[in-house]
Amino acid sequence: MLEYQNLFSRVQIRHAPDQGLPIDETFGQRYGTGTFSYWLGKIGDAQLGPIYLGFWGITSIFFGFVAIEIIGLNFFVQVDWSPVEFVRQLPWLTLEPPPPEYGLSFPPMAQGGWYLMAGFFLTISILLWWVRTYTRARALGMGTHLAWAFGSAIFLYLTFFFQPLLVGSWSEMVPFGIFAHLDWTAAFSMRYGNLYYNPFHALSIAFLYGSALLFAMHAATILAVSRLGGEREIEQITDRGTAAERSQLFWRWTMGFNATMESIHRWAWWFAVLTTFTGGIGILLTGTVVDNWYLWAVKHGVAPQYEALNKLTPEQLEKLRGQYMGTLQGGYPTYTVPAPAPAPDAMAPSTSTAPAGGTP
Amino acid sequence: MAMLDFEKKYRVRGGTLIGGDLFDFWFGPFYVGFFGVTTIFFTALGTLLIIYGAAIGPTWNIWQINIAPPDLSYGLGLAPMAAGGLWQIITFCATGAFLSWAFRQAEISRKLGMGMHIPWAYGVAVLAYVTLVIIRPVLLGAWGHGFPYGIFSHLDWVSNVGYQYLHFHYNPAHMIAITFFFTTCLALAMHGSLILSVTNPKTGEPTKTSEHENVFFRDFLGYSIGAIGIHRLGLFLALNAGIWSAICIVISGPFWTKGWPEWWGWWLNLPIWR
Repeated sequence: MLEYQNLFSRVQIRHAPDQGLPIDETFGQRYGTGTFSYWLGKIGDAQLGPIYLGFWGITSIFFGFVAIEIIGLNFFVQVDWSPVEFVRQLPWLTLEPPPPEYGLSFPPMAQGGWYLMAGFFLTISILLWWVRTYTRARALGMGTHLAWAFGSAIFLYLTFFFQPLLVGSWSEMVPFGIFAHLDWTAAFSMRYGNLYYNPFHALSIAFLYGSALLFAMHAATILAVSRLGGEREIEQITDRGTAAERSQLFWRWTMGFNATMESIHRWAWWFAVLTTFTGGIGILLTGTVVDNWYLWAVKHGVAPQYEALNKLTPEQLEKLRGQYMGTLQGGYPTYTVPAPAPAPDAMAPSTSTAPAGGTP
Repeated sequence: MAMLDFEKKYRVRGGTLIGGDLFDFWFGPFYVGFFGVTTIFFTALGTLLIIYGAAIGPTWNIWQINIAPPDLSYGLGLAPMAAGGLWQIITFCATGAFLSWAFRQAEISRKLGMGMHIPWAYGVAVLAYVTLVIIRPVLLGAWGHGFPYGIFSHLDWVSNVGYQYLHFHYNPAHMIAITFFFTTCLALAMHGSLILSVTNPKTGEPTKTSEHENVFFRDFLGYSIGAIGIHRLGLFLALNAGIWSAICIVISGPFWTKGWPEWWGWWLNLPIWR
């Protein structure tokens, strides 16, 4: 019953390391001659290196180093330059953005100035790395699909700059810290009425889970036909073999539909790209177009209106809404509206189907 | 007949796990088999019960339809239909349908002479579902700990259960699961992009080769995992995303009942800091 399922390579070959196809090395060059790793060879190619470094790569690494250095030194100051406490408290240490009173102005260095500077250098580093994804592909005459996919991730990253810009305060930006950025995520969600009700957040999660699903389906399919050479995808795309035919028939017979050896990679690209792209749209809408996603969902009949556990006066409500938002729209449902009595079953939705437009 | 031009020669008998030749046939593009019949049975019954649950519920609003599990007071007993019994039967049907689907995938893999990677991979997704609606409720002693079946009601459940443990992001297994999900998405983007960029090269260039794939990633990152390696890595990442998701929820309640931020106290109190 137990059969070889090609999860690990049982045979490894050794030869002179491949030096790579010839490229233009005017503005950079390949470093190292390549070496072999036995353990890497168990799951994939054993060869490590050489690596190309040119203007864009070196400047990107430099600015990335500067950003990490600013963050690390700020952490060090916070633990009074104790290396032991640095390691002990590392998950809790954080470089925070400026407090709200500075709005969009430049604060003192110790009050968010270092944060803005680290963010600036990190952004420069990431944008330079994007150029590298583009130029390395073009150096080999390849398409630039990776650069545009990375661009979608950068779009999401940049929305964490533009959303605070749109609501008028650097204080909304994501802190640099392990637990701190998790705290930010929860606080951001609660501040804007629970991001689970944000439809673009829902789309982003659907594409994220979909990416895991697609990769599991695709990778498992290819491994299952690897004894027929299924992993040689370029050959299977340009000259279909029995590995591609069986892969396609498997899904056709299972779910009535199949991709092709090429189109599965288009599905993959779009799912991965849309994960960050829809996520970025969700961030940009939050606090700018929509104040409170739960109330938005109630207004549009998406979420039921739950009983308000906390009865708030309009003044208290106004304070809860933060200090950067416009005036409350008339006819918008709010937490102050008393909801009907809860259904007998704890998890059942309340009986009100049409959300009543309350008065602010 | 919805057959691809090369399909006919692959439509041969055999490979079934149960039922011999009895259900060894196709319906349109679908392979049937014994487990196709059980899949249809469980799926049809479960779907009809969901529709029935919606019909006796307060709304036909697709976003708000909700089939809730029984109240915690029912413990691990059976509940009346309208008070969670439906949820229990639907859960049974869903588990039956998912397992049937996995076995059907195994039969189709055997018929096509393929490895068993797909049914095992799918089994991990089934495990995650079973952990949520069977294993964890049983460990906690009440079916009411399962999540409700509804588009936004299940999001409410995730939100509420998360805040029961104060801040779920501090759950170490949740951290690992999310890291695997994000890494899977990254690796999928890199793999999909690479294959598209060699088969759809710069205008006027000939189609590129696996040599270009390896050289690109060696130039770019100093390492190329290779054609077989990326599929091993992708399967590993995707399955771990599911496995650690199951772990992060099954330890919440049965093994840790306080807030997750509190769990990290052990790190601050390690003897090595003295």
